[in-house]
This record gives sequence, structure tokens and C-alpha cells, in this order.
Amino acid sequence: MTKKHLRFYGGVQPQESKIASGVAIVSAPLLATYVVPLQQHIGVPAKPVVAKGDKVLRGQLIGEAGGFISAAVHAPTSGIVKEIGSCLGPVGNQLPALILESDGEDQAAEPMSALDWPNASPDELRKRVAEAGIVGMGGAAFPSAVKLSPPQNKTIDTLILNGVECEPCLTADHRLMLERPEQVIIGARITARILGAKQVIIAIEANKPDAVALLQEKAAGTGVEVRSLQVRYPQGAEKQLIYSLTGRKVPSGGLPMDVGCVVQNVGTGAAICEAVCDGKPLYERVTTVTGTPLVAPGNWRFRVGTPYLEAIKLAGGVKTDPVKIISGGPMMGMAVYSLDIPILKNCSGILLLAADELRQYESTPCIRCGRCNDTCPMAMMPGILSVQIEKERFELAEQWHVLDCIECGCCAYGCPAGRPLVQLMGRAKAAVQAARKSRTAKKA
Amino acid sequence: MTETTVRLPDTSKLVVSSSPHFHDGSSVRKIMLLVIVALMPACLAGVLTFGPRALWVMLVCVVACMLVEAICTKLQGRTCTLGDGSAALTGLLLGMNLPVTTPAWMCVVGAIIAIGIGKMIYGGLGYNPFNPALVGRVALLMAFPTAMTTWVAPRSASSPLWAGVDSVTRATPLGTPWTGEQLFSTWELFIGRTGGSLGETCVPALVLGGLLLIALKIIRWQVPVCFIGTVAVITGIAHLAAPEQVAPPLLHIMSGGLMLGAFFMATDMVTTPLGRTGAVIFGVGCGVITAVIRLWGSYPEGVSFAILIMNAFTPLIDRYTAGKPFGVISHPGREVKL
Repeated sequence: MTKKHLRFYGGVQPQESKIASGVAIVSAPLLATYVVPLQQHIGVPAKPVVAKGDKVLRGQLIGEAGGFISAAVHAPTSGIVKEIGSCLGPVGNQLPALILESDGEDQAAEPMSALDWPNASPDELRKRVAEAGIVGMGGAAFPSAVKLSPPQNKTIDTLILNGVECEPCLTADHRLMLERPEQVIIGARITARILGAKQVIIAIEANKPDAVALLQEKAAGTGVEVRSLQVRYPQGAEKQLIYSLTGRKVPSGGLPMDVGCVVQNVGTGAAICEAVCDGKPLYERVTTVTGTPLVAPGNWRFRVGTPYLEAIKLAGGVKTDPVKIISGGPMMGMAVYSLDIPILKNCSGILLLAADELRQYESTPCIRCGRCNDTCPMAMMPGILSVQIEKERFELAEQWHVLDCIECGCCAYGCPAGRPLVQLMGRAKAAVQAARKSRTAKKA
Repeated sequence: MTETTVRLPDTSKLVVSSSPHFHDGSSVRKIMLLVIVALMPACLAGVLTFGPRALWVMLVCVVACMLVEAICTKLQGRTCTLGDGSAALTGLLLGMNLPVTTPAWMCVVGAIIAIGIGKMIYGGLGYNPFNPALVGRVALLMAFPTAMTTWVAPRSASSPLWAGVDSVTRATPLGTPWTGEQLFSTWELFIGRTGGSLGETCVPALVLGGLLLIALKIIRWQVPVCFIGTVAVITGIAHLAAPEQVAPPLLHIMSGGLMLGAFFMATDMVTTPLGRTGAVIFGVGCGVITAVIRLWGSYPEGVSFAILIMNAFTPLIDRYTAGKPFGVISHPGREVKL
């Protein structure tokens, strides 16, 4: 444990503001209505397997995976399917969704059989992960079963469970590690069994010493290593985390499996443990509802499909009017304009910002101070690239590896000219991807 | 708590913008103001050394630069950019680079050239390839060589501060051919009681300001260290080779505009390279050119020229020192035009 950790390149140190870290997780009470999107993951939406008017039970399959990269969706409680329509998603797009009217019984469906994981085959375990509709719960929402099926020619020797939670304000993973350490550790061991990974590391930022100590104690003798990492944003970014722990660099355009690693959020680990050991599909998750305008910030175990408004009500409502509401953390989260948006499987936090925390500034020309060069964890040149992107020189941006940008926001966080660097990089990424698509379409 | 008493957010007033939603609070204005603050010790030293007229020269330059910028933005139909503080900083640097005897009208001409031609014509702050204050200073040096190289002696320490500058012209350490004997004592050189531009002579005041900027991470230490170090090394070698013709390196680094240039002009963000490697190349380049002009050029001083020449190389330095992004094996950096 005294092993000196490597430090990733660049990064910033924003104020942590983790005001809800001492508040224990509470299970949210039942609601009358849930809005359950059929697309809570990257990939093809799930296909509904129930019809309007059907009665469903908690944990019952309501949407089956719609393709290879897709994930199943389960009912968060028992009730009647009122409508199959659509709802607003956190990114501002419309998602296909089921409106579920709760019957107040919260009657559980017949659970899936519990698996004896140390003896079950990796394929059996992987199948269970898919059946339980598990996706990456740290934010990306990539279907876990796909992530845990690396191609034959890639050997995975290291599994990293990501409990870094480097986003300021968020505390959901921290509380989960404190309150369900066994689930996290067993989830890690199950995942390692699926992948055949020999080394299993649970990575936690040094600002959570209680979680580090607890997990170290619980993990003793299991072969799972718990490591404390330097507090620096974005320590929890996949490529930076792999480098900090192993010194391996994920190649440009590549995936962690190219360097023998798989990174998974601790929440996903706990969900895998529940799916395998208890046969419970993923229909609830821990989400932080925080921010200075709230009366009682905290961490709740919400059913998927809970509208943001209900979450804010649970946190006691507001004492001052928030000026910004963010789905996720302050560095990478999405600002939303409606509270009808439901909590999805990947929603780690709902953050409210007060007027004095809002930073609105006019964007002025780049003064070439070079800070973004120094803080970019991907060692890119966001400032210079942004000037070129404004001139729509996307081919140049592509040559300069704009697609490697992880949109962590370090550049814009420290930009004295207030330039919308992340937005410009995002714009270039979309343009480059579109150009690539049309190029391959022409060739075909 | 019943539901009716719970106050809920008003969604009609929400701000929606791109991430990140936190910002460290830095701004262009803060950076410029900090640089101005860092220049204050040297300004004070200038006033103490050359009398109250130094204050007048700096004031005229600052006001003229701000006026020119205001007029230019008006003519260009843009919003006024005085708030960023860069025009005031350019004015202050221009004033500090002039002899205390410079007439007011000449200061105004310098300000028009610095801001008008050195900066606004390119599109304003961020787009200017050359350091505006140096553009103004060098233009004045070319146009009015006599006025720009007439140096008066520092105030005598016993006379009151409000007394005018005596009209005795005094040689500068660099302007006088080296005869093997020091015209000024090392102490006089150090505290700036020599002839020279009004803000460039006091070494401790300039170093103090420079260290403040380095500590605040506004400038990179590599630039002044490489710049001053290179001048010291080259003049040192030359002095060893010909002690009769070349002044010792200590005199070289403490005289002329080297300290002001190395800490405050060669570190201008807009016109110098972005990265650390680039900063080293830039500093060394400035040092070489300065030493060459001082030792073999027809001008006694070369700091302004050196920085302007290296400004021209900045895009090239940036292009060749661009590092590989994380995880990139082959990189097109050297074939790509930025």
C-alpha cells in the first residue's frame, strides 16, 4: 500500500464541496408514478415487452435488449403500464419511455435464481449481468455485459474498480462504499472472475480515508487490493486512472482493454453483486441530491424513473432559488431546464447551484496564457485548437487528435478568457465523427 | 414536512450552459492588474531615481494608450475593451521604457503606434504578434534617436523629491565604450542610480515584481532565467576572451533593459510560446540576440529588438515544440500548419 503512485499529467483542483458525504443513504419512498425510459444506456433502445394496461411487478422485465449494444430495463415497482410514450432525457433529447402507475403494493416479481459465483462459469455470470440490465453507473452507461466480453485476442490482467469520485459535490459512491463494502468487493471479485483478471484494484481518492480503511479491512485476504490516490481532478477518468495505477497508457483511439485493463464503477460492482448473489435486476441506484440551495442535501436509493422534482422534494425543497440544476457533477454534468427528467441508471447526482456559485462570463479571444496546455490531462492544446475550431478547420482538429478529448473540463475551468473550450472540442468531435462516417459511406 | 410547505425551484429561471459549471475565477483583467501591481516597485523606484517627471511620463503613456484603444474600438464598431486592463498595462510598460525627459507629445505618438499599429490593427488583445509596448518604443527610437537616447543623471539623493531633474546628461553603462573601468559602482548599478529608461534601472524592484508573477504562476520562470542566463554566459565568455573590450557579465545583466525585458516583456502571454520547452527556446533566443547586438551591433542595447525578433519566431517555436497528446504514438505535429 505504500507503493508510490504515479501521477497523471495535468489536472486541476476544484473546490470539493462534498457537503452530503456524511449523510447516510436513505431508500426513497414509493411514488405514484414512475417514468421509465427504455434508453438508459449507450446503444440501441430496449424493446418494450409489455403493453399499455399490463400489470407488472417490481423487477419484472419490461424492455429487452434491442441489439448487441443495448441493455434490458426492469420495472421499478409493481403497478399498471399507463402509457408507452416518450420523456425528456437529461441531455435534452426525447427518450422512449414507459409510464408506470404504482399500485402501492411494491410487489416483487419472482427473482432470478441466485448464482454460486465462485463456481459458476464466466459465461453464466456474464449472461446474468446482461439479464439484470446492468450498465456503467459512473456516468457513461455503457452496457456492462458488452464491456465484460472482450474479444478473444485481448487478455485482461487487471480489473480496476473506480471509487475515485473525483467530481466535486458528488458523494454517492463514497456512501455506497461505506455502507455496502461487501457488495463492492464481491462485485469486484465476480467481475474479475468473468474477465479472468488476476489483479483487482479498488481505487479511491485520498479524500475518503474512511472508505479506504473500511475497504482495506474488508478486502483483507480476498486478493483485492485497495489503493488510495492523489486528490486531483480528473483522477477518476478511465485513462488517467489506469496510468496512475499501472503506468500503462491507453493508446489514442483505443480502449482500456488494449492495455489489459477494464475499469468499472464501484456502483456497477455492487449492482453486479446483487444481480448474481440475490438475483436482483438493476432498477434502483444511489444518487446524491446536493447543492447549497437545498434544505437537506443527502444521498438516496432511488428507483429508476423517479423524476428530479421528486428527488428535490425529498431533499426538503429549496431555501433559495437555484439558478442552475445539473444532472451529474459540476465538471462534466449536464445543465437541465426541466425537473420532469427521470433518474436513469447512470445518474450519480443532481446538483443545484445558487446564484453566487454561478459563473457567467463573456468569452473573449484567447490570450495564449497556456494554462489549458498545462492542465489538459490528455496533453492536448485546447486553446490553440479552439481557435482553429472556431474557423471550422475540423480536418486540422482531427489530425491533432481532437477525438481523444475526454471533455473533463479542466481547460475551461481555468480559462481566464472564459472561452467555451469544452463546447468547441465537442463540436469538433461531432464534426469529425460525421466526416468519418460519410467517408466510409463513400468507400462502401 | 408536508408537501405544501416545500419550496420548489422555479424552472423558468434556470440557466442552461455547457459543462464545466465551476470556474476557478481567473480572468484576463485579474492577470493584467496583477502584472501592473508587480510593476509598482519598479515604478516607484523610477520616480525616486528620476524625480516626479517619471510619474508624468508614465501617466501620459497610460492615459494615451487607453484613449487610443477606446477610439480604435469605437472606429471598429466593437465593444470597448478597456476593462481588460491590457491597454493600461501596455501604457505603463511603454512609459517605463522611455527616458524621463521624453516630451508628452512623443509619449502620445508612442501610444498611438503601440496600441494602434502594434495591437488594434490585428484585432486587439490576443491577436497581436508583437509586444505592443515594444513596438511603440522601438518606433520612437527609430524616429527620434536623439531624444530617445538622451539620459539624465539620477536625482541627487539629498535633493527633495519634488525638485526637477537636473539637466546634466549622463552616460549609461552600456552607452559608454568599455575601457576596462566601471563608470558606475556595482551598488549604483544594482539599485539603478545610473542613466537609463525610467523604469528599467532598479534591479531589486524588478526582480521582486518578477518573483511575484512567478509565484502566482502568471509567468514561467524559464523565460527570465534562460534570457538573463544566456546573456551572462555569452558576455562572460566574451569578457574572458577580451577583458579590455567587453564589460564583465555582472554589468551586462544589471544594466539596460534586461531585467525589465526578461521579467515583464519576454513573458507577455500573447506574443510568446505556450509551453515550457518553448519558453526555454524563447528565453535563450532573446539572450543570444541581446548579447550579439550589445557586443557587435551598432546599438548599445538590444533587449527590445531581441524580444521583437523572437516574437516573430513564436508561431514556429509553438509548432515545433507541440508535444504528443497522451497515448499518441505517431503524431503529425511537425507536418501540420497551425
